[in-house]
Amino acid sequence: MPSLIDLMLEGRGVRQHRPWPRAMVDAQLWKFAASELGQGRWSLLDFWGEPATVHMAIMDEHTAEIVVVSLDCPDRNYPSVGKHHPPALRLERTINDLFGLSAEGLPDTRPWLDHDRWGVHFPLGNRVDGSSRAVPYRFLPAEGDGLHQIAVGPVHAGIIEPGHFRFTASGETVVRLEQRLGYTHKGIEGLMTGESLERAVELAGRVSGDSTVAYAYAFSRAAEAALELVVPDRAVWLRALLAELERLANHLGDIGGICNDASFTLIHAHCSVLRESVLRASNTAFGHRLMRDVIIPGGVNHELDDEGREIIRTTLDNIRLRFPALVDLYDNTASLQDRTVDTGVLKPALARQYAAGGFIGRGSGRSFDARRTLAHPPYDSLRFEVPVLTEGDVNARVWIRVREVEQSLSLIDQILGRLPEGPLSTDAKLRPEAREGMAIVEGFRGDVLVWLRLRDGRIERCRLRDPSWFQWPLLEAAIENNIVADFPLCNKSFNCSYSGQDL
Amino acid sequence: MRKLLFESLFRQPFTEQAPSPDDAAMAELAAAVGHAARRRLGRSLSIREVDAGSCNGCELEIHALNNAYYDVERFGLRFVASPRHADVLMVTGPVTRNMRDALERTYHATPNPKWVVAIGDCARDGGCFAGSYAVVGGVSEVIPVDLHIPGCPPSPMAMLGGVLALLERVDAGAVLP
Repeated sequence: MPSLIDLMLEGRGVRQHRPWPRAMVDAQLWKFAASELGQGRWSLLDFWGEPATVHMAIMDEHTAEIVVVSLDCPDRNYPSVGKHHPPALRLERTINDLFGLSAEGLPDTRPWLDHDRWGVHFPLGNRVDGSSRAVPYRFLPAEGDGLHQIAVGPVHAGIIEPGHFRFTASGETVVRLEQRLGYTHKGIEGLMTGESLERAVELAGRVSGDSTVAYAYAFSRAAEAALELVVPDRAVWLRALLAELERLANHLGDIGGICNDASFTLIHAHCSVLRESVLRASNTAFGHRLMRDVIIPGGVNHELDDEGREIIRTTLDNIRLRFPALVDLYDNTASLQDRTVDTGVLKPALARQYAAGGFIGRGSGRSFDARRTLAHPPYDSLRFEVPVLTEGDVNARVWIRVREVEQSLSLIDQILGRLPEGPLSTDAKLRPEAREGMAIVEGFRGDVLVWLRLRDGRIERCRLRDPSWFQWPLLEAAIENNIVADFPLCNKSFNCSYSGQDL
Repeated sequence: MRKLLFESLFRQPFTEQAPSPDDAAMAELAAAVGHAARRRLGRSLSIREVDAGSCNGCELEIHALNNAYYDVERFGLRFVASPRHADVLMVTGPVTRNMRDALERTYHATPNPKWVVAIGDCARDGGCFAGSYAVVGGVSEVIPVDLHIPGCPPSPMAMLGGVLALLERVDAGAVLP
């Protein structure tokens, strides 16, 4: 079996790429990589475009090696990867929408983010004026006796983001779910192009509101990798503190939310109180409830004082006191277990194929956690466990969150105990030549990947990949043969980001 | 479970004092609410939340309005599942071009009298997303807005203050100036 390094050696290395290698490959090698992905030897981490190039980030799960392979496409097309490896399908449709580069042999050529409303096609490539007449979207057919369709969204019944779900049901049972997303597409990658680092990190922090820390973290690390900046120790540790607080708040909210969707509001009410306590502590400690705009390239811009440290400690003590009773209640309420056990099962093979991250992957046997697998500082010197279950049902995804809450509590304790003194940031020295950087950071819902190229201190191209890209399609699979009424429960247990995917 | 419920009986409630409706919001509302509304709505408002393209930050804080600390239901404010049940549309986000249609249709599905509250900096003028090929701009470019609550995202208290101002105005039966 050829290793990723062999693949790299066959291509032409790009020198200014950090920290993982990148190589320009020819169509032959590109096809080879696609077929290896298709056979499950490697995992696809991301797939993105530029006006005349396509890039794939690939990982070998056994060795945690990562490489980026790039293919120039002067004729505006490239051999499809999605043909061999379905996780690439939506990404190839997106590359066509944004850049007008088409994948030869792509089985599904419908637009993905482009709803024909922008007034322009291929906005990041060779722009052409959009048509004024929106063409109806063709949903995939499902045929059979007594099947009916239920169309939901983009405006949903709850306080959630917009997206369209097309169910085909036989009686109460879902036969097929097809998602149509893209409603919150704001053109963030387009807005970033040509911007300064300050403005770009602000945009990165607004890709997905619940992961604002994770995005600013990943963006900053990518920029620092490109510029070969060394971040002061105190900032390295404070960033992990911010990331764990964000994970804690979101997991508490999710555990309550899932129980609420199973009509068990008591746990929801109590979890909401705990979540609120984390947000308030974050506000006192870092000046913002969601800790937005605190992480910047070069470090962090908010000091943690004694008051902040104290309130985080008090909040954690309170959670340690209250949370176990809620977990007990979850575990011992038969009516609740009846809803979550064996519901929305995601098979481990699918989680592996899609390289699904976060509680979705770890609830279905995929142990990847960027904090452990890639072990960047300070996680390389912190003690924590990565919980993994193989059942793949709603219940497993709840338990992964419960265990991760416990791990985050312990991590925050360790960080507060060992927080080094020193400066908060270092100046980002801008360089005139092109430099490329990439970073992967574990957000609460999975690994956030950022790749960028800087030139003259400005963003030439920045790609932000939400974990949801490889999780949304799995929801379509997990809901099959469940009843329509369990969809909110399954959906909440996945809790994919709309805005993160739509970008 | 019994222990948990029992404890709650004796513990001090988490719920906090209502904020006073802020003056700026009151002024903005003066023109928006009339006599007819007071008669029809009494002291309660049903709110339908519409995400017109936000990053989900505002939604998180709107969710928080329902927790025990803010407890909006004590003021007769309720989040409803359909625009057809709503008096108020609470709209977040820069309006994306892909959501424009859905927002307009939601507005038209809401019965009169109705008010629109735009939540967050993006909802005013597109915020940091203004100028993108995929973004229309603020909410008022698509539907009329009665009240705007700034912030990125606004804190639950700020939202509560704004909506209470709306409710008070409805309740007082303000006359057009």
